Order: sequence, then structure tokens, then C-alpha cells
Amino acid sequence: MGRFFAQRLTVAVLVAVTVSIIGFALLRLSGDLAADLAGEDATPQEVAEIAALYGLDRPLHAQYLSWAGKAISGDLGLSLFTGEPVADLILERVGVTIALSLYSLALALALAIPLGVAAAIRVNGWIDRLALTVAVFGQAIPNFWFGLILIYLFGVVLRWLPISGSDSLAHFVLPTVALGTAVMPALMRLTRTGMIEVLEADFIRTARAKGLRPGAVLFKHALRNAILPVVSLSAVSLGFLLGGSVIVETVFALNGIGLLAYESILRNDFPVLQSILVFVSLAYILLTLASDLINARLDPRIRLG
Amino acid sequence: MAGPVPLSDGRQADAGCASETVPPSPRAVMLRRARGHPGFLAGAGFVALIVLLALFAPWITAFDPFEQNLEGRLIAPVWGAGGSWTHPLGTDSLGRDYLTRLLYGARISLTVGFGAALISGVLGSAIGITGGHFGGRVDAVVMYLVNVKLALPGILIALSLVSVFGGSLIALVAILGFLFWDRFAVVTRSVTQQIRSQDFIAAAEAVGASSARIVCREVLPNVMGQIIVVASLEMAIAILVEAVLSFLGLGIQPPTPSWGLLVAEGRNFMFFKPYLIVLPGFAIFFLVIAINLMGDGVRDITAPEGRA
Repeated sequence: MGRFFAQRLTVAVLVAVTVSIIGFALLRLSGDLAADLAGEDATPQEVAEIAALYGLDRPLHAQYLSWAGKAISGDLGLSLFTGEPVADLILERVGVTIALSLYSLALALALAIPLGVAAAIRVNGWIDRLALTVAVFGQAIPNFWFGLILIYLFGVVLRWLPISGSDSLAHFVLPTVALGTAVMPALMRLTRTGMIEVLEADFIRTARAKGLRPGAVLFKHALRNAILPVVSLSAVSLGFLLGGSVIVETVFALNGIGLLAYESILRNDFPVLQSILVFVSLAYILLTLASDLINARLDPRIRLG
Repeated sequence: MAGPVPLSDGRQADAGCASETVPPSPRAVMLRRARGHPGFLAGAGFVALIVLLALFAPWITAFDPFEQNLEGRLIAPVWGAGGSWTHPLGTDSLGRDYLTRLLYGARISLTVGFGAALISGVLGSAIGITGGHFGGRVDAVVMYLVNVKLALPGILIALSLVSVFGGSLIALVAILGFLFWDRFAVVTRSVTQQIRSQDFIAAAEAVGASSARIVCREVLPNVMGQIIVVASLEMAIAILVEAVLSFLGLGIQPPTPSWGLLVAEGRNFMFFKPYLIVLPGFAIFFLVIAINLMGDGVRDITAPEGRA
């Protein structure tokens, strides 16, 4: 276990460092940031002053090291647009994105697990076909468009729910549906495949043969074994949702870090954008690391194989 | 048909008793499976239809996708009040024929989907096969690259890159192509690993074939089916992501008709002209479903079990 953990941690740290370099370098691609910041009719001298002020005149690796060093101590610099500390901006709004991601994952699991189990009980039965159809539709529906359709149906025609903003829990309902649909199909398919495999195993036949109730066989014996990959996909999905919520947040004007990232792109506010990119990547790395470790703890084949 | 019939593998068989004496060639088996696969037929048929509509758009519609007509703005489709067959799907807020805009929009989606899948397919397969074939340190580097790629938030990176490089068609294809190679790498790597330990690879090595020759002549043909399946999936994803980028105003720029952009343009009018967002949305939706069905079909058809 110790060796497995050390190995995974090393890879995770390496990946995290690389990702932070990419996140940092990405926004330096756009050309002369100092000239952009100084404005169109700035003199060369003003541009040079701006460059010196933000440290843009130093070599890239020096810029990265000083940025990363400060970032580790929580100083992510100042927003070019509002002048506020980037860390404060992100902390203010990250709660909304985390809440939206958790709600969406919960909704997706609440649909995916029962549907996947029911589909696996009779392969090619009508529930199975329905489940696969739902998966095909869920995978293909454009997120942003589904959001607009939900706004039109439930916010405008039926007037049941608020369509924009993040003031109350009701504001999260439609975004949760729009975002949850994106991750549901994969979770459902995985539950279904896992259950089909487990239901064919010998110990299930034994459990049935000794006269256990079908419900107990299904949920106590089969699901417990089939759920493992679903748990790790959930962790990965959560990481994906944190970064993927930008679309839904934009459509519903939900005030999370996705919307903040989008606004920062439009405003060329690179300190904010690069911090969000790195933040979301690190969250993903931590979540996958956690899921690897949980899996290894539960299944000795993984840590020893 | 009389006389000998050439089989696809070059052997000759007697037409009358071919099915009894010679096992059907893999190609014949696949063709038969394809014919009996409704999902594949429906998906492939719909994709073919969209490709034809996109190719022959100038002959299908009499209008120009950019031509504005300020006196004929927001005309309803033929089933709506005031609609007529002149503009079967109505007009947009600048009086441009909506059917024409949608037909030309298909060109963008198909180009982006195909181009991005091609780039990411070549890149990802090269990375994955290299890792799977050579193993050891090379494979460790490949897995590290895949892990880095997976950790980066795809949509946010795509948005940032598009804002830097602009929303031209070529930039979009390149950016999406370089963003979505990871699944190709993961799939080809694991298939290559499985093939690696089989006898025909050992045989090729024993007769002194070079790594390059083994990869091209022995490994690649056996991985191709999987690559095509992943390619269809990635094509669908690229089409969806292009639509999102264009919808958010950072992808294809007006007045070029992209389906995502049409949804964005229709958004301001969606409360009283819902067809403006419903139609392009369904276009994306159905194209993506069709491509996915086609990909699932290819997976079933090329599955090795039962192959003669």
C-alpha cells in the first residue's frame, strides 16, 4: 500500500506541476500582454512601464517561478479588471460551482444507478432499451441548448422556476438538470455493464440457490461489487463538472468560477483565468488520486497487480 | 452468376458452393452484420444524408446564406402563422433564409468534426501505439502525457485557446484536434499491449522485422477498428464543442453560419420565435446521435468474436 501510494502521489505531483506550467504558459501565447494592458495609444515607454510593473519584462521561467511561489502561499495576484485579489474572487464564487457540481452528480447518480441496475436485470428487455436510448440522447444533447430549452419551458411557458442568477436553491434546479444530463449516461452504462458482469458470477448463483430474496441478492451482493468503478467514475466526473460547468453557468448566469472564467476570457484578465485553470486541474488531480486510493483500499487486486 | 467468383482475399471460389466450402471472408461477415444492424444503418444513413445536403446546399436552396432582407425579417416557418414555402424554415432576425443558414452550417459542423477527429486520431494513435508497443519508460512517459491531458479542463482550455488564436475554421479544427487525442491514446495503447504478447508479433520479430514494420503491418490493422469507433465518438464531441464555442461567441464568427452561432443569434428572440433556437439545436442533436449510432454500429460489426 505504501509503495502504491508513493507512486501515485509522485505522478500526481508531476502532473500538477506540468499542468500549472501549461496553465501559466497558455496565456502568454497571446503575444504582448503589456501592450494589450497599456491600451492602443500607449507610447513604447508606457508599455515598458506596464511590463515592469507586472513583471512581464522578465524571462518566462522567472515569471513562472515567482508566480508559482506566491501561488503556493495563497497569493494569486490581482485581477487586471477589478483590481481585487484573485484568490478572493475565486473563493467568493467557488461555492456556487462546487454546489452545482455536487447537485448535478447527485442527480446523475440518482438516475443512473437504479436505471443501470434495472437494465442489467433483463438485458435487451424494455427497461434496458429505454436506458440505452436515454443514454444515447443524454450524450448527444448540447448542454447549452438544453439549458435554453429548459429556460423556455419551465421559466417562460410554465413559469415554475427562476431562470437566471444564483440567489436561492430554486435557481439551481434547471442548471442541475442541464449539467447532470451530461454525466448521467456514462455512469448509467458503467452501472449496467458492471451489474451484468457481476450477476453472471458464481457467488450470485450461490446466493440465489440458498434462497436469498432477489432484492437482497441484487442490492447487498451484486451492486456492492459492481459499484466500485462507478464510485471512481463519480470522482472523475466531479472533476470534469467543476471545469465543465462554464457552459451551464453562462447560460443561467450562475455566479460560479465557470462564469468568472468566461468573463475573464472576454476581458483578457489573465491572472484570474490562469488561476481558475490551475485550480480546476488541481481539484481534478486530487479527486482522481482520492478515487485511486479508495479503489486500492477496497480492491487488493489493484494495489498488488 | 456463373463461373468462379473472386473473393476479397484473392482466392477463387465456385459461386455455387462457396458458402459450404470456403469460410466467408471477414469483409463479407462485416457486410452481412452491417446489413442486419438497424442502429448502424440509421446512423450511417442520416450522416450520409447530412453530408449530401451540406455538399449540395447551393443546388438545394435558391438563397444565399449571407444575403439579408430587412423587409423579410423573422418570417415564421411554413407551419407557423404567416409562413410560406418560399422560406420553409422561416427567416432570421436579419431576414436571411433559415433553411439556407442551416444547410451551410452543416458544412462547418462536418468539417470541424471530421478535421478534429483526423488530427486527434493520428496524434493520439501514434502516442498510444508507441506506449503500448515499447512499454517501459516510453509507456510511462505516454501515461504521464495522458494524465496531464486528462487533468486539464477541456472546455476552459478550448475557450482560452480560441480567444487567443481566433475563431477561424482552421484554428478551431487544430485546437480541437490537439485537445481530444487522449481517448485515442488510451484505447490504442491497451489494444497494442494485448496484441504485443501474441504469437504473430513474436513471429514477425523472429524473422527480423523492424519495429516500424511491425507497428504498421501487424499492429495497426488490428487496432484500426477501435480507432474508427473512437473517431466517431470524438467527431461527435468536437461538433458539440464547436457549437458551444460558437454559441459563447468565441468560435466561428458571424456572419458565417455555424449551428452553435445560430442558437446564440436566436437566443434574443427565443421567447417569441422559439424555432430560431429549436431548429439548430435539433440539427446538432440529431447529427451527434447519428454519428454515435454509427460508431456503436462499427464497434459491433468489427467485434472479433464470431469472426471466421
